[in-house]
Amino acid sequence: MEGIYHDADLSEAPEPSSVATSADPSPHVNQNYINHPINLELEAEEKIRLYSQMLRIRRFEERSLRAYQQGHIGGFLHLYIGQEAVAVGAVSVMSEDDHVITAYRDHGHAIAVGMDMDECMAELFGKRTGCSKGKGGSMHFFAPDKNFWGGHGIVGGQTPLGLGIAYALKNKGVRGACLCFMGDGATNQGPFYESLNLASLWKLPVIYIIENNGYSMGTAESRHSAGEPLARRGDCFDVNWSVHHGHDLYEVRAAIEDALARARTDCSPSVLEIVTYRYRGHSVADPDQTYRSKEEIEEYKKNKDPINLFRDKLLSEGLMTEEDSKALDQSAKDEAEASAEFAIASPFPETSELMDDVYWETDNPEHKTSSGKLFFESSLSD
Amino acid sequence: MPEITYREALNQALAEEIARDPNVVLMGEEVAQFKGSYKVSEGLLEKFGPSKIIDTPISEAAFSGLAVGAAMMGMRPVVEFMFWSFCYVAFDQIFNNAANVRYMSGGLINVPIVFRGPANGGTNVGATHSHTPENFAANTPGLKVICPSTPADAKGMLKAAIRDNDPVCVMENTILYNLKGDVPEEDDFVIPLGKARIACEGSDLSIIAHGRSVQVALQVAETLSEKHNVSVEVLDLRSIRPLDLDAILQTVRKTNRVLLVEENKPFCGVDAQIAYLIQEHAFDDLDAPIKRVSAIDVPQAYSKALENFQIPNHDRVLAKAMELI
Repeated sequence: MEGIYHDADLSEAPEPSSVATSADPSPHVNQNYINHPINLELEAEEKIRLYSQMLRIRRFEERSLRAYQQGHIGGFLHLYIGQEAVAVGAVSVMSEDDHVITAYRDHGHAIAVGMDMDECMAELFGKRTGCSKGKGGSMHFFAPDKNFWGGHGIVGGQTPLGLGIAYALKNKGVRGACLCFMGDGATNQGPFYESLNLASLWKLPVIYIIENNGYSMGTAESRHSAGEPLARRGDCFDVNWSVHHGHDLYEVRAAIEDALARARTDCSPSVLEIVTYRYRGHSVADPDQTYRSKEEIEEYKKNKDPINLFRDKLLSEGLMTEEDSKALDQSAKDEAEASAEFAIASPFPETSELMDDVYWETDNPEHKTSSGKLFFESSLSD
Repeated sequence: MPEITYREALNQALAEEIARDPNVVLMGEEVAQFKGSYKVSEGLLEKFGPSKIIDTPISEAAFSGLAVGAAMMGMRPVVEFMFWSFCYVAFDQIFNNAANVRYMSGGLINVPIVFRGPANGGTNVGATHSHTPENFAANTPGLKVICPSTPADAKGMLKAAIRDNDPVCVMENTILYNLKGDVPEEDDFVIPLGKARIACEGSDLSIIAHGRSVQVALQVAETLSEKHNVSVEVLDLRSIRPLDLDAILQTVRKTNRVLLVEENKPFCGVDAQIAYLIQEHAFDDLDAPIKRVSAIDVPQAYSKALENFQIPNHDRVLAKAMELI
């Protein structure tokens, strides 16, 4: 593999492609994202589909919040509301050779890659019709058939996994990349830096997408991170980095497309910081009253809501009418409602299924090569 | 059958499996140009090149997680830890990601990976480098754990581990690396996991052990036979998870007296579980309470004088055996 004996040459470190601060990303005056080729080639139908995808994610999550409040969903529920343009924009420029992995705020990415609301909602309900048969929950959605590798619960824990996906792609000679999503809080975890070092040293096609929503749980960026913008941390590993607005679907698409092009050309990694905002607390259990003001939330909703902004663009481009928009919204609400009904009607897993899916070997007894005891609870054991 | 060292046996297993399956790669600190900190991978870089034998930075969390991600994509990485003690900085990648991804995905994703390296004391390297985490790993559903004690087992079981579709932790021992023994040369010499081995037959007392403690148990068996006319059966567990409970119960029913020996620390050690299983399944077959010898329950001592006493040595095991007969 190239780069294994690579001696880093820092003399030609590239200029960072943006020097904005993450609190206030630069307006990129020289960049007109709507005229980026990846956006120019967008058909009207596809634009409407992207708008619909964002609506579907929002309505799905709003419905899941109600289900949580009604007691159907337990544990944690980390909502993505406000950040929809990031997942939808990024996924929309992927090829079939590109892959996605993310952290625990994963519902948006799951729906963006094409998982259906039924399997997602049922998973939240802990039902056996869920995408992980009720064994993963909100933080652990997976769909390897859609190149979606989770859904990972430990902050920053997925950053080396994304690196490994990129390594496997390069090793197999696939011209694809791994989009590894993470939050701003994850930028302070050690494995992220270890991963950046290897990504650069071995030239692995991984794109770290920092969805900077301003808060690491309840701790504002100014209280959790020294130095800004966060993406600049890629600089010391000689990794391309840039900062973008997450409320602008076109900008997200352009940024990801450029990073994918670098990855496809010479397996270059990138760090993209996409500044966004979440409207809800860190999780549903977060009262969201101690670390930010209601005004701050309202201000963002009013001025930067990614769905409203994109709706206005489509309206002004004459691609849809107010009525079309309302119909799409109603359809998303109906689909979310139906998914909740599906989840309610679905059975819980049987306790006899508790010990399935642990080992490949016990699930495939006809190919079992080992012998001996693999489980140690006598009431259920082999 | 050629006599080779435990180290050479591991080297053969790696070479054969890398040649057999293009998805197998070896990665870790100093495995390539340096030929392995303990020379386990000597000659492999020359044979297979840097795309298969991969030097990593000192960065366990990243390369362990990288390997897990690659395994999720269908590769079969073998990750070498210079010492298993160093896995502690990669704990999340092994114990959360490798172990749980299959379950959390409802069986959609497999993680065919091997983590291997030495896990032992007795080499005067102090507390940070002498951990024996087979109990941690075995306490984690989703992982498999093996502790080969002979060159033949090292080869046959490592090959089985690499072919396994689940994550396997292979705990070796730096003191065993120079141990010689007969090892078959055939490519298909694979020892299935979960099968214990009677290292020596006997009728008066069973010593059940794993890893290097098996070698200590064999020495004690010899002493007991020569000096005390006591016939000891030594059962080598070989694999901790899966565990050969049938073989354990068989030897207990044969001798009715059990001494458990391991280098693990005692509290929540592997043998705590073995003792539980024996009393659960063979209580009426016991003529005496089960006894244990483990590492003495303090952080690993540096001084030779202390550490040689701390790990289960011949004299401590012999003394405990004498209490049982």
